[in-house]
Amino acid sequence: MNFAAILAGGHGTRMGATDKPKQFQLLGERPIVIHTLEKFVLMPEFERVLLLCPVEWVEAAKDLVATHLPASEKVVVISGGSTRSGTIQNAIAWIEENYTTDANTVLLTHDSVRPFVTYRIIKDNLAALESHDACDTVIPASDTIVVSAQGKEIDSIPLRGEMYQGQTPQSFKLQALKEVYSELSSDEEAQLTDACKAFVLRGRPVALVEGEPFNIKITYPVDLRIAHALLGQYE
Amino acid sequence: MLNTVYQLVAPRRIDLAIEDVVVAPSAVVVRPTHLSICHADQRYYQGLRDPKVLAEKLPMAMIHEAHGEVVFDGSGTYSVGQQVVMIPNLPTEEHPYIAENYLRSSKFRSSSADGFMQELVVTTANRVVPLPEGIDLNVAAFTELVTVAMHVLDRFDATANAGRSAFGVWGDGNMGYITCLLLRTRFPEADVYMFGKNPEKLADFTFATRTFVISEVPADLRIDHAFECVGGAGSADAIEQIIEHIHPEGTIALMGVSENPVPVNTRMVLEKGLRLLGSSRSGLADFQNTLALFQEQPQVVAQLSRIVGGVFDIHDTSDIAKAFADDRARRFGKTILHWLV
Repeated sequence: MNFAAILAGGHGTRMGATDKPKQFQLLGERPIVIHTLEKFVLMPEFERVLLLCPVEWVEAAKDLVATHLPASEKVVVISGGSTRSGTIQNAIAWIEENYTTDANTVLLTHDSVRPFVTYRIIKDNLAALESHDACDTVIPASDTIVVSAQGKEIDSIPLRGEMYQGQTPQSFKLQALKEVYSELSSDEEAQLTDACKAFVLRGRPVALVEGEPFNIKITYPVDLRIAHALLGQYE
Repeated sequence: MLNTVYQLVAPRRIDLAIEDVVVAPSAVVVRPTHLSICHADQRYYQGLRDPKVLAEKLPMAMIHEAHGEVVFDGSGTYSVGQQVVMIPNLPTEEHPYIAENYLRSSKFRSSSADGFMQELVVTTANRVVPLPEGIDLNVAAFTELVTVAMHVLDRFDATANAGRSAFGVWGDGNMGYITCLLLRTRFPEADVYMFGKNPEKLADFTFATRTFVISEVPADLRIDHAFECVGGAGSADAIEQIIEHIHPEGTIALMGVSENPVPVNTRMVLEKGLRLLGSSRSGLADFQNTLALFQEQPQVVAQLSRIVGGVFDIHDTSDIAKAFADDRARRFGKTILHWLV
């Protein structure tokens, strides 16, 4: 059984002078998060699609889902945690409360602000979990990556051919993910900005799935302009 | 739903666009899996259409021959994962006696609407038809082309005089091959003569009674009816030769597309009392009849598999470019795209 968790925990602090979290801003005629949810809702591969929001946005998100995706009994809106891993653990907890999981239960996690995810990327994530417990969606790095621990001088420049930029979805066998989370020290967990890293820290293999350059994350105001341009709406 | 569409924006240039498509509660959403290139797509891709026409139509996703898997069906007609062929003709009204593919109000994918080069195709239950189980999926990709021949044969059969002993098919390309094959299947007792330019290609028409190189047709050869599948600059010569060899009151089914007006010897059309039967595209009934034929007569599918030419895995726009270049270099055979974008 497969579950999708759409991570909408952000408070929009990077989005400029607006107090509305970026995932709830409009892209075309509908909020970004609704666009993101829609493809997962359509796909029969997913038993439920969880939307994890800041607690103060849960009711508003339920209203938005009811308005824009009226036939979507599959969507469950719950509150996220204070960190990314806390949010994912809330998703795991909800699934375990409501379903019986087994070694093949899949949890696909996806940023709510990546609305351009494609059917192919999602299917490739599910396919990668036939051989792995975890997978990460990436594209080859187009810019040279510069490493600088202090942010003053270059420490090193890794070979670009070996560098990838992480996107989402990141997908996991739910029980394996729970297991690696339980093994993390509190220091490790505090530093964890990426769920795949929990597997890497434990030396467990994570498969790569090819993303798309246009599977962008709408983080800054300029990203929203790019997103509108992709949609052919240049205004 | 945000949907990625691969559109031709200028000759030989395909860009992706993202469109926000409304998925109605009763919609059917199909993931295209197998696409097939038609000459019409190639004419758009190479920029061989009138620049004015291109300016009006582009940007537009190409391809009107395709099948795929049902991802979502709000109508409850099909099961998820079911393989269906998609109908490119999109009627906007019903008419008591004009068929859907002749209504001027109808849209057609890869001509007046986006074709099947899309991440997902949002359509309706009456625009898809289930594929028979176990069918050769590369052949099924060009089902639409077969439906066009099926449509012509039905129209011909309904309107032509009673002569059914000898047919001639002009044009040794894909359409000629399919038309000849369907004639042979429908009229097993009749003589089906094949007329073409290239002896090597004609040798592949193993189901024809006889094949003729057009410069060596016996003067006394006579046919009841003819099917012109030449198109382009060769149309005029083909029609001239048909008029010469057809019995009076025969029907000439015109199937080849030409960018320019084609001169026709109307004096002899009048003298012989000939009927010119124009046909184009196809509709739901033609798809249903064709898929029924595929199911009932698997040898037809086997014969069609012989014209599968290049088969390409498509991951991105550069793969599309390679497939179109290969298709152009190939004079005969269908180019199949495994759609993996």
